[in-house]
Amino acid sequence: MDRRSILKAAGTISAAAAAVAAFPRAVFAAYSEKAFKNPKIEDSLNELFGGNATTPSGDVKLKAPDIAENGAVVPIEVSTSMKADKIAFMVKENPNPLAIVADIPAGTEAIVKTRVRMGKTTQVTAIVSSNGKLYTASKEVKVTIGGCGG
Amino acid sequence: MSSIRIKAKERNGSVDVKTLMKHNMETGLRKNKDGSKIPEHWITDVTAESGGKTVFAAAFNTSISKDPYLAFAFAGKKGDTLKISWKDNTGKTDSAETKVK
Amino acid sequence: MKTIIRGTLGTLGLGLALSVSAGPVEDQAAFQKYYENKFPNTPVMDFQNGVYSILPEAREQWEAIEEFPPYEIAIENGEKLYHSKFANGKSLADCFGPEGAVRGQYPFWDKDRGMVITMERAVNECREANGEKPYGWKKGKIADVTAYMSFNSRGQEVKVEIPSDDPRALAAYEEGKEQFYTKRGQLNFACADCHMLTAGNLYRADTTSPAFGHATSWPVFRSKWQSMGTLHRRFAGCHTNIRANPYKAQGTEYSNLEYFVTYMSNGLEFNGPAARK
Repeated sequence: MDRRSILKAAGTISAAAAAVAAFPRAVFAAYSEKAFKNPKIEDSLNELFGGNATTPSGDVKLKAPDIAENGAVVPIEVSTSMKADKIAFMVKENPNPLAIVADIPAGTEAIVKTRVRMGKTTQVTAIVSSNGKLYTASKEVKVTIGGCGG
Repeated sequence: MSSIRIKAKERNGSVDVKTLMKHNMETGLRKNKDGSKIPEHWITDVTAESGGKTVFAAAFNTSISKDPYLAFAFAGKKGDTLKISWKDNTGKTDSAETKVK
Repeated sequence: MKTIIRGTLGTLGLGLALSVSAGPVEDQAAFQKYYENKFPNTPVMDFQNGVYSILPEAREQWEAIEEFPPYEIAIENGEKLYHSKFANGKSLADCFGPEGAVRGQYPFWDKDRGMVITMERAVNECREANGEKPYGWKKGKIADVTAYMSFNSRGQEVKVEIPSDDPRALAAYEEGKEQFYTKRGQLNFACADCHMLTAGNLYRADTTSPAFGHATSWPVFRSKWQSMGTLHRRFAGCHTNIRANPYKAQGTEYSNLEYFVTYMSNGLEFNGPAARK
């Protein structure tokens, strides 16, 4: 490679390094198309965790309404007493079920609350990654299309 | 002015954090009045740092509601600095800092 | 009109005599009693929280949203707008004080002008008096500014007055009352049908809220709108839902209706802005 090309390559790399440094995500799972733009939750889990075998567990606490007041803003909460390194949440009937993946570093409590969009009545599942295994809790959330409330 | 609003309060050696981020979170499914699609535009990554390390991080799909809300809790105390940053699919970023109350 | 109202009130079991001796004070007492009887498990002050005072599961979701409510963004925007200077150097603070904590003063009967003045009207009249263009009435800046003012007024008692020395004030109250009880639209509903007679019932997938407490929490961030809106925005929306032509925001009809509906909540406290479905 001649000198000009090497310098050009070096310039490109340092710009990229600057972009990475500006947004800190050194070790943690970041957004990836393969995991999130995926209609199959099994494939999303494979992408995130290298496997998709899950076990339902009473230790995974999932809070979501039985009937959502408004499908655009559904408050959900996932927590566990297990030592978790990641918590994920998926909405089965959404075109791409995986909604969020959170990293729980050492010293952080295994609890996440957020607000999610659901297009229609659906099963939702909380997924906790702990000691190399995946544990889940599911429930159904009914989503209605308003009424005379307009 | 930052799009990120943070409430951080100590509770016996833990810091309870609630944050609301102003962002339309366009799913790419909505249409303009003329029928053209509004392109997808949403926060893909959020990171929270305190004391020089990452205390929480999350990746979002377009199915997270408009003006995303997150609540989490990490080991910390009153007076600690907490910084929350986000990045969206267009590469735009924002961040905000606060002191734990 | 009086016959229709008497009939409706009769149906509602209110048994009010629509004679000169029964007046607004008696109306309000009967109104409140009706809801206390209909929803005996709801503490009186809780009616300020609309449908969440009668639906436990919806209340849980509302409380989750209240952890960090979307209207906080409107309050912040409103604070900036409230204090930003007009071209002449003044601001809304010159009309309404340093924090705009004046929610409890509206709506009121203006004897000089012979009309009901709402807080939104007062805000825009302040702007116009200072050479500024008025805001729209239903959403956007008017809702942000009144969100800020309402937030600073939280806890103020609802005590709408009908001055006894101006018969036009009582007439405006009676017009608002008539609006409340008169059927309209293709679906032929009165406010009283959904929010009084069948309050708490399901209309397809929506439960109607009690009208007692209706006017305390405005402006509101409605999930449905994904934005803030004023009371008159909601009045118009309701009319459209029952397929009636809506009246103009801040026109006499909705202003008098607001006068009546707020009077019916006398004794409660203003608790806006609020998040609703």
